[in-house]
Amino acid sequence: MSIEHLVLRVVIKILFAPILLFALYVQFHGDYGAGGGFQAGVIFAVAFILHALIMGLDETKRVLPAAALKAMMVVGFLFYAGTGAATMLLGGNLLGYDAIAPNSDHNEGQHYGILLVEFGVGMAVASTMLMIFYQFAGREPEIRDEDW
Amino acid sequence: MTPGAETAAFWSRLIDLSLLTMLVLVAYTMLRSRHLFAIVMLSGIYSLLSAALFVSLDAVDVAFTEAAVGAGVSTVLMLGAMLLTVRREKTQRLGRASLGIAVVALVGAALIYATTAMPAFGDPAAPANSYIGAVYMERTAAEIGVPNVVTAVLASYRGFDTLGETMVIFTAGLGVMLLLGPGSGRGGRSVKDRPGKDEAP
Repeated sequence: MSIEHLVLRVVIKILFAPILLFALYVQFHGDYGAGGGFQAGVIFAVAFILHALIMGLDETKRVLPAAALKAMMVVGFLFYAGTGAATMLLGGNLLGYDAIAPNSDHNEGQHYGILLVEFGVGMAVASTMLMIFYQFAGREPEIRDEDW
Repeated sequence: MTPGAETAAFWSRLIDLSLLTMLVLVAYTMLRSRHLFAIVMLSGIYSLLSAALFVSLDAVDVAFTEAAVGAGVSTVLMLGAMLLTVRREKTQRLGRASLGIAVVALVGAALIYATTAMPAFGDPAAPANSYIGAVYMERTAAEIGVPNVVTAVLASYRGFDTLGETMVIFTAGLGVMLLLGPGSGRGGRSVKDRPGKDEAP
């Protein structure tokens, strides 16, 4: 059995983990530099899209099934909305993060709040992007070589 | 102006000009091409060039998003969509081309005329740099305490907006699932029909 796209397969295997790591860096470093949940979510999705382009969609679906993505889409959005509801239950406004740590003198509540909602955004964006890709790519068996 | 600053200004102007020239060239090539694969790839290049332009305008967050979404995911999604259709755009007879050109030239001239009334880039008195923008810049350090003001505005001051944006993305995913997924008329089965006979070899 011959292996198609051997170079690409090796490259994506080497790059996969660093791309995920970079996504996490962008996710949690958004308060300090460029980036945030939206960009991190897209980068996270791109790692799996590259995997699917080279290994085939079925292989990627074994790693990350569409049902899991469906759940992640909902959980990501509810994570954001839930943070807003939590600040209301703590006695603040909707998404008024100061209610998380009311007695902090260095905006601790804001830091927690931003991290939480950015996490929700990242999860929702990553799973939605991947879900859209799954739906498009799942309709045609393979990209024929002469189409490239 | 010191000689060092003058040289820096010269180079940044040169970079801006070459980026803009390449944007126009890529856009023109996209217009002329009928090969859908080439057009998708060129649109990715266009996004990457605009991302570089945003970096030179110091809008790194926007540049980041443009590079990740425009050059990355959109290109792949367009490729995925392209596979569901034929590979070449159909040529069509252009009737009344002169009327179209006249309208485009008129609107283009009006838009270029309007740019002369816009504030200069980096003008401190420009609406984008005064009023609420200046307020955010002043208050973020004390009220939010994060160094990146963009994140402070996005996630905290305008947190409700971002909640809505996240819902828009969620809804987009939901829409694609309903149209193409297991719940759609085709039942999510893969398309079996090959591209039609109007595809050029």
